[in-house]
Amino acid sequence: MDNEKILDTFVELIRRASSDLPVDVVTAIEEGLLTEKRDSIAHKTLQMILKNIKLAKEKSLPMCQDTGTPVFYVNYPAGVSQIDIKKKISQAIKESVHKLYLRPNIVDTLTGKNLGDRTGPGYPVINFEEWEKDYIRVLLMLKGGGCENVGTQYALPDSRVNAGRDLEGVRRCILDAVHKAQGRGCSPGILGVCIGGDRVSSYEESKKQLLRSLDDKNKNSVLDKLEQEIFRDANKLGIGPMGFGGRTTLLGVKIGSLFRIPPSYFVSVTYMCWAYRRRGFEYKGGKVKRWLY
Amino acid sequence: MVILNSPISKNDVVKLKAGDTVHLNGIIVTARDVVHKYLIENKPKEYKKLLKNGVIYHCGPVVDRVGKKWIIAAAGPTTSMRQEPYTADVLKEYGVSGIIGKGGMGDRTLKALKKYKAVYFHAIGGLAQVLAECVVDVKDVFMLKEFGSPEAIWVLDVRDFPVTVTMDSHGNSLHKAMYERSGAILNSLITKGGL
Repeated sequence: MDNEKILDTFVELIRRASSDLPVDVVTAIEEGLLTEKRDSIAHKTLQMILKNIKLAKEKSLPMCQDTGTPVFYVNYPAGVSQIDIKKKISQAIKESVHKLYLRPNIVDTLTGKNLGDRTGPGYPVINFEEWEKDYIRVLLMLKGGGCENVGTQYALPDSRVNAGRDLEGVRRCILDAVHKAQGRGCSPGILGVCIGGDRVSSYEESKKQLLRSLDDKNKNSVLDKLEQEIFRDANKLGIGPMGFGGRTTLLGVKIGSLFRIPPSYFVSVTYMCWAYRRRGFEYKGGKVKRWLY
Repeated sequence: MVILNSPISKNDVVKLKAGDTVHLNGIIVTARDVVHKYLIENKPKEYKKLLKNGVIYHCGPVVDRVGKKWIIAAAGPTTSMRQEPYTADVLKEYGVSGIIGKGGMGDRTLKALKKYKAVYFHAIGGLAQVLAECVVDVKDVFMLKEFGSPEAIWVLDVRDFPVTVTMDSHGNSLHKAMYERSGAILNSLITKGGL
């Protein structure tokens, strides 16, 4: 691994994630705009969001001042050192704060002190997984706080939302989550959902679902149908951009499932704001093979 | 559209209605939960003049220092509910006329907006670049060392800062209305099956 080059690549990854929204997300927002009435507040809000996206790209500056928790997904071939990669990511975050791609966003929870350009336990989040391919793949999501706060988890049966342990129960939970979130997750949002797993793996998988492109069709026909149903129904709620009212409440729904043990039936919902910042790269022989998204 | 200068007189505040779109000009002051807690618990007197009829902005900007000047590089609104425990008291103690944030606020704030004559302006979440361009000058900054740049008190001079009144001084909240309206639609979508 060429250390200098991979450091630069990580900084470039963060720059792209923070300032340049992937094309599938921009397209979904543009499609949302077409469904809204001209001169409605929803229409104006989406237009303003599109203007903001353009400005951020031109200036190479954060589209949202909350540059979020950087969540990395690193796949690597045998022989690559995780410690090495962790160090590079820490350095890249430091550099990105100085280049204004990231806000100094880390706070010591006990003392309340902002730690500036440092990294520490819980920040960033790095998920490592060895794989059989001969190159490294890094995916990065910048997960903002506002939308992270409206994420939620249900344990079925749940009498609050009258949800039993079946797909209809799952559907009720997800729609309830969209209703509870209103505009507070910076709608139009994208849902990452996991059915099953334990408390932790379920939340993790729900976030991982957000790595799928918006135009990606679920390979499982049951989940594919559920995704489409939720998407259609959630956009009937009328919450709209920022909760101001409108037809564009969600830009997408991605659902995965994990095995579970009989006592537990979790439905975990991760809400992503319209500033759905994810980027990635594949890296081999000291250089970038290709950029992703 | 209404064009308003900040500080905002209480006379102008009561004319605003939920749903009005507003362009703000003048001084707005950033404050997140840490600052709100500080204002209530430490009762610092030096901000009284700044906040009288003033506008608080729930925002933790990305800033840059060029020579002796501060530049606001990104400055969208942050979630307002975090300030809910303190806002009623801040309105009372400091005579604030407006709050800019996102996501709306709770019942206690709604009541306080009525009692102390103030409004809640909703800015578009994530609009960090468009809104940073509305900042024409950074007038001052306080508590930078103590709280760090995202949590500090930034005194910003803005032009044509676009917001929507979503909670007014007459007890109206678009957030509350939307919650109920969309709740009724939700109920109509989940009639089949269930427990």
